[in-house]
Amino acid sequence: MTLWRGRNRSVGRSRLSWRDLTSEAVAGLLARPSRTALTILGTVLGITALVATLGIARTAGSQIVGQFDALQATSVTVENRTEGFFGGGPQVSHIPWDAEARLVRLNGVVAAGTITRVDTQGELVRSVPINDPLGQSEFAIDVYAASPGLFDAIDATLSAGRFFDAGHDARRDPVAVVGPAAARRLNITRVDQQPAIFVGDTTLVVVGILTDVRREPVLLDAIVVPNGTARRLFGLQAPTKVAIRTELGAARLIGEQAPVALEPNDPATLRVIVPPEPRAVQEAVESDVNTLFLVLGAVALLVGAIGIANVTLVSVLERVGEIGLRRAVGAARRHIAAQFLAESAAMGLIGGIIGASAGVLVVVGVSAAQQWTPVLDLRVPVAAPIAGAVIGLVAGLYPSWRAASLEPVDALRGGT
Amino acid sequence: MSVIVELDAVRRTFPGPPAVEAVRDATLTVEEGDYVAVVGPSGSGKSTLLSIVGCLDRPTGGRYELTGIDVGELSDGELAALRGRRVGFVFQAFHLLQHRSALENVEIGLLYNQTPRRERRAMAEAALERVGLGHRIEFPPRHLSGGEQQRVAIARAIAPRPSLLLCDEPTGNLDSKTSEAILGLFDELQADGLTLMVVTHDPAVSRHARRTVEIVDGVMAEAS
Repeated sequence: MTLWRGRNRSVGRSRLSWRDLTSEAVAGLLARPSRTALTILGTVLGITALVATLGIARTAGSQIVGQFDALQATSVTVENRTEGFFGGGPQVSHIPWDAEARLVRLNGVVAAGTITRVDTQGELVRSVPINDPLGQSEFAIDVYAASPGLFDAIDATLSAGRFFDAGHDARRDPVAVVGPAAARRLNITRVDQQPAIFVGDTTLVVVGILTDVRREPVLLDAIVVPNGTARRLFGLQAPTKVAIRTELGAARLIGEQAPVALEPNDPATLRVIVPPEPRAVQEAVESDVNTLFLVLGAVALLVGAIGIANVTLVSVLERVGEIGLRRAVGAARRHIAAQFLAESAAMGLIGGIIGASAGVLVVVGVSAAQQWTPVLDLRVPVAAPIAGAVIGLVAGLYPSWRAASLEPVDALRGGT
Repeated sequence: MSVIVELDAVRRTFPGPPAVEAVRDATLTVEEGDYVAVVGPSGSGKSTLLSIVGCLDRPTGGRYELTGIDVGELSDGELAALRGRRVGFVFQAFHLLQHRSALENVEIGLLYNQTPRRERRAMAEAALERVGLGHRIEFPPRHLSGGEQQRVAIARAIAPRPSLLLCDEPTGNLDSKTSEAILGLFDELQADGLTLMVVTHDPAVSRHARRTVEIVDGVMAEAS
């Protein structure tokens, strides 16, 4: 393959094949190996920083998405759509009492339960009907009404006792499950004695103490009673919220079906909260992590490019005699320019290759240390050497123009 | 005998201020097989004349034809191509690439003038053989003596089989014994039919030449 095809005149044109250009450029770089290596280092650092940044951001992004998948991606919440600008006016709940039964029939629902805050008219909660002058014995603790399936839907765990069940709900038994913070305040640590608590004048028997819930953390400092009990004792009108735990990947589907199952006449009155699209989460994380380090990498790359430009310029000044000789043996200006461009581009290319390799190693190393799965867009390590070569090419523009514009007579006189 | 160099009232003026007329109305005909020495004091315009004859520079006046081609009509690139094929240069400061072997240095003389890659090595080896360095082809220049380095440079100049060999003070960096050996080589090359033009202020060189041209203050005169 020929770089420049000669015009067919009596004199013709000089030529330099790609292969000859490459071998001349390589020989030029190998003539000063340590200088070439140091010059390449700047590009190596820049490309390494860029590749490592992109890789770690993608890896971390995927990692966070993985955590979201386990919990948030299976959570669907249904609420009444707030009416009016400020949620004022009479609130009529469109969620039926049998919401739980309607939802667990849907394919993809693991568990579901209603959760409704109970208005206790500001009544305080006590655990024992005595006045202790040394300590506080009455507390403002929220009371929630729930259907029995809620505990499964929010991944609740018990430290003592049991959850209430459908039987308690149907019989409207005065039983309660208390959150760990509420239990501590009420000084309840065990349930085998069936401790009683008092909400105002209403007596409830504690049947279970929660250790943790993975959703609806308000329940950690609250008292939970069955819906039926709340209706009888506190006059609860209707459930206001449903928590659903779905199979992995079914959340969006359930999000569409749940309002229809709960309110077939007017599904639009219900508001559904579904997990965000995983991709959106990932991109948000990536853009946060990327910006700073991409800027740093770009700065390092710029410094590397200036280094290449500088060294190539020095090299041109040192090799004035060689330039003169090449011109004397037939090299045209473009051949001189091409040689120095090829050398600077080669330095950028080599820097890009080493930098891409080092960047991948950094990503793998960080992932191994964090026990993450390394994730890297394959286009990045492919594009990095190309970017390095382009940077080298741009950096070599001015020096090679200087080299090409030397007059052969002056070059032969000036150099050695 | 064909004409290799035809200078007709050639002048070269360097724009000032003050403008310098380095070569004035030079007229010279060099035929194939000639051996011309160009002598004169420093700054007399010898090197400028050599640059014009070697197509490294253009005349600002007059007409110059190299092997029948009027260089005044050529573009910069065509001038380079003409140099690469028709002219071999030997310089006082050898201009060898220190990091390349003798063979690679000679191959550079063939790099730009459309010599096919696979023929270059054989041509370069033949040229090195011709100057008596067939046993040193892989040596880098720093392992060669001054005379051997100049022989490598001569091999680089003659490898493309030019019409004209131009030498600018070829013995300026060499001792008298080595110079004599180089001049002996020039005699052999001329006997092979090569046309030589040598710029020198060494009287020994002009003794070997068939013709001697003297330049004083840019004005040329042929000594009889």
